[in-house]
Amino acid sequence: MIPPAQPLLSRVADALYWMARYIERAENVARFLDVNHNLMLDLPGVFSSQWQPIINTTGDRALFAERYGEANQQSAVQFLAFDAEYPNSIYSCILAARENARSVRETISSEMWQQINSLYLMITEEARKAAPESLPEFCHSVRMGCHLFEGITHSTVSHNEAWHFISAGRRLERADKTTRVLDVKYFILLPSVADVGTPFDDVQWSALLKSVSGFEMYRKKYGRIVPDRIVEFLLLDGEFPRAVRYSIGQADEALHAITGTPRGGFSCASEQRIGLLRSELDFARVEAILGGGLHEFFDALQTKMNTIDECIANDFFAQRTEGARVWA
Amino acid sequence: MRFSEYRTESFYDEMFEDDGTPRPHVRLLVDTIESLSDGHLLRYQRAAERLLLQMGITFNVYGDSAGTERIFPFDLIPRIIGAPEWDLIERGLVQRIHALNAFIDDIYHEQKILKDGVIPADVVLSAVSYRKQCHGLNPPWRVWCHVTGTDLVRDRDGRFYVLEDNLRVPSGVSYVLENREVLKRIFPAVFEGLSVRPVNEYPSRLLEMLESLALGEQNPRVVLLTPGIYNSAYFEHSFLAQQMGVQLVEGRDLVVSGGDVFMRTTKGLERVHVIYRRVDDDFMDPDVFRADSMLGVPGLMAAYRAGRVALANAPGNGVADDKVIYAYVPDMIRYYDGEDAILPNVPTYLCWRDADRKYVLEHLAELVVKSANESGGYGMLVGPHSTRAVQEEFALRIQANPRNYIAQPTLALSRAPTIVDDHFEGRHVDLRPYVLCGKEISVLPGGLTRVAMKKGSLVVNSSQGGGSKDTWVLASGGHS
Repeated sequence: MIPPAQPLLSRVADALYWMARYIERAENVARFLDVNHNLMLDLPGVFSSQWQPIINTTGDRALFAERYGEANQQSAVQFLAFDAEYPNSIYSCILAARENARSVRETISSEMWQQINSLYLMITEEARKAAPESLPEFCHSVRMGCHLFEGITHSTVSHNEAWHFISAGRRLERADKTTRVLDVKYFILLPSVADVGTPFDDVQWSALLKSVSGFEMYRKKYGRIVPDRIVEFLLLDGEFPRAVRYSIGQADEALHAITGTPRGGFSCASEQRIGLLRSELDFARVEAILGGGLHEFFDALQTKMNTIDECIANDFFAQRTEGARVWA
Repeated sequence: MRFSEYRTESFYDEMFEDDGTPRPHVRLLVDTIESLSDGHLLRYQRAAERLLLQMGITFNVYGDSAGTERIFPFDLIPRIIGAPEWDLIERGLVQRIHALNAFIDDIYHEQKILKDGVIPADVVLSAVSYRKQCHGLNPPWRVWCHVTGTDLVRDRDGRFYVLEDNLRVPSGVSYVLENREVLKRIFPAVFEGLSVRPVNEYPSRLLEMLESLALGEQNPRVVLLTPGIYNSAYFEHSFLAQQMGVQLVEGRDLVVSGGDVFMRTTKGLERVHVIYRRVDDDFMDPDVFRADSMLGVPGLMAAYRAGRVALANAPGNGVADDKVIYAYVPDMIRYYDGEDAILPNVPTYLCWRDADRKYVLEHLAELVVKSANESGGYGMLVGPHSTRAVQEEFALRIQANPRNYIAQPTLALSRAPTIVDDHFEGRHVDLRPYVLCGKEISVLPGGLTRVAMKKGSLVVNSSQGGGSKDTWVLASGGHS
């Protein structure tokens, strides 16, 4: 007889979800840094102010201004990579991911724990230096470390409820990051009408695609670099793993796998909210979105994703006693 | 690395006779180590340390915010115990746990041993770890000490003595299992040649014992209750939960409802039948013990009392862990089982006795003084290694609260060769075997050999800079 699935503690589900979100966040920040640094090399001298936009993608612009003032390579790298006081720095994310992993060490596989611990040992060692010897190399090792963690997660634990919480966390974080980078970059790049069609413009838009590892896949699908097509690709693509629609679809599936509710229905608030967002993205046209104002669309999207996050916390992680179902 | 420069000095050495020849049962290991090319062993040692750090096998040091996690120092050279010697230890421990369990059960019921005057009643009833809330409780199988880690030491004569009974929430067994994993990778050939008894069935034995406490339950749910990630033994808690395949829970994950204990899951409340708790009595249930405890579960003791949940170790068992009561264990063995103790106690002076106290105060510079309820090497005076000022401070403490202090002669703990920089030096060791007690009593063949890494030090506790060695118990009939 196959024994019934082990129930999952609410606290554990919460920690797994956040562990995945923090790893994904660290990986995204590392990629943003890397691509921006790379972009600077292609635009010598002209655009030292290109470090400000990357700060803006974090949504923590005011905090940065207060702590560092002007954005340049040194301050941006310190803030985004190593600032222990800034909760979304790579350093803080990996520490937070590890703390979460540590509290559920018996649930995750030993291999996952070892990988997250290696990342931790690497980042604490880097943080002790004044600056990374090579920024690209540092970013690369963070990204690869996070990818490795994702791969190990995929192939060393059962794809059960716990795994679906990890998956949901990762997908929602990914959708959030792609939205932010697109929001900020689109408005920075768009006003440079004079540059449209110039190599300069190409370089910048390509950098945006690269910052979400989407350059090669975009090229295969659309060929020419066209801003509206880039928006369509990153927002509405159904196959590209960092596209918002794809990520939301995967998160939706993870939630259905958790509750056991068939697709096309819902049994809790989080499922209902994410289902609404999923269908909106499934049936959206990029022209309509651009026509209604991209920035407004992104704002609404952020609000919806925040609501989904709150609903997940409420539906699954809240420490309820009263009204909780008793499955004895 | 060679042992040619190694000196046993005047101590009992775990590996070498006084004249420097290897003891017969360790010869193969000595030969293997000496056959390794230069630098080999040190590379292994470093590889092992790196592995432990990478595996995150660390402990937390209280009151140290800078490096809150450290690896438990680990020495590659195992400590080997031959079959006949282990046989004695095993029989001694089974006998001792049996008597201790009978004692605790007696204390929380008729208190016959007090009425018969074998142990003074006020000594027992004044013990800090005596819990009057546990009176009349009948834990499953009448077992109170499910998991024990007894500390044994050897004196200069080579005999094993019991130094302490750790009955409450003994830790360290995870290091026994992990150390073995590391050594199997490093000395595979020696393992094949020596027939070392395996330790890796411990988690299965522990789980079986815990499940057996859920009387009449077909599919009992066992959980391990931890104080959380900031506890110094958190690694062990998560390791054991993982190895047993049971849930690791914190107090906030549990709730008592309708008299039963449940855990909060993503799909609602799930019944829990057995709790292997690694939280001290005081913090377990704010309704009954410390009201300010954030780690506990309100109502847990009521559920336990009603037989709705089993707890291991049983609350209240610390009464037999008191260092004053320790001195009476040989009397308990005689009283309950009519036998003489197989493993002797270290001679102990009880400061509440006038004559003993007088002697202790006059000989502080030679004795080891311990407070009755502290562990981890805290609250302790090692006379020969102490200053005059500390001795005077202890004299005042003893006079202020004689009940709380005992003293023992400073033992010349046995030593074992340990890697220090690039050579071997003798370091003092003790031995903590682990004993499981359910329907039957079983001793894990092995244990934690703790090493005082500091030259000359006699304090082996991890909180005081102690390290560990793998402990190999040889099978009888194997090479010896």
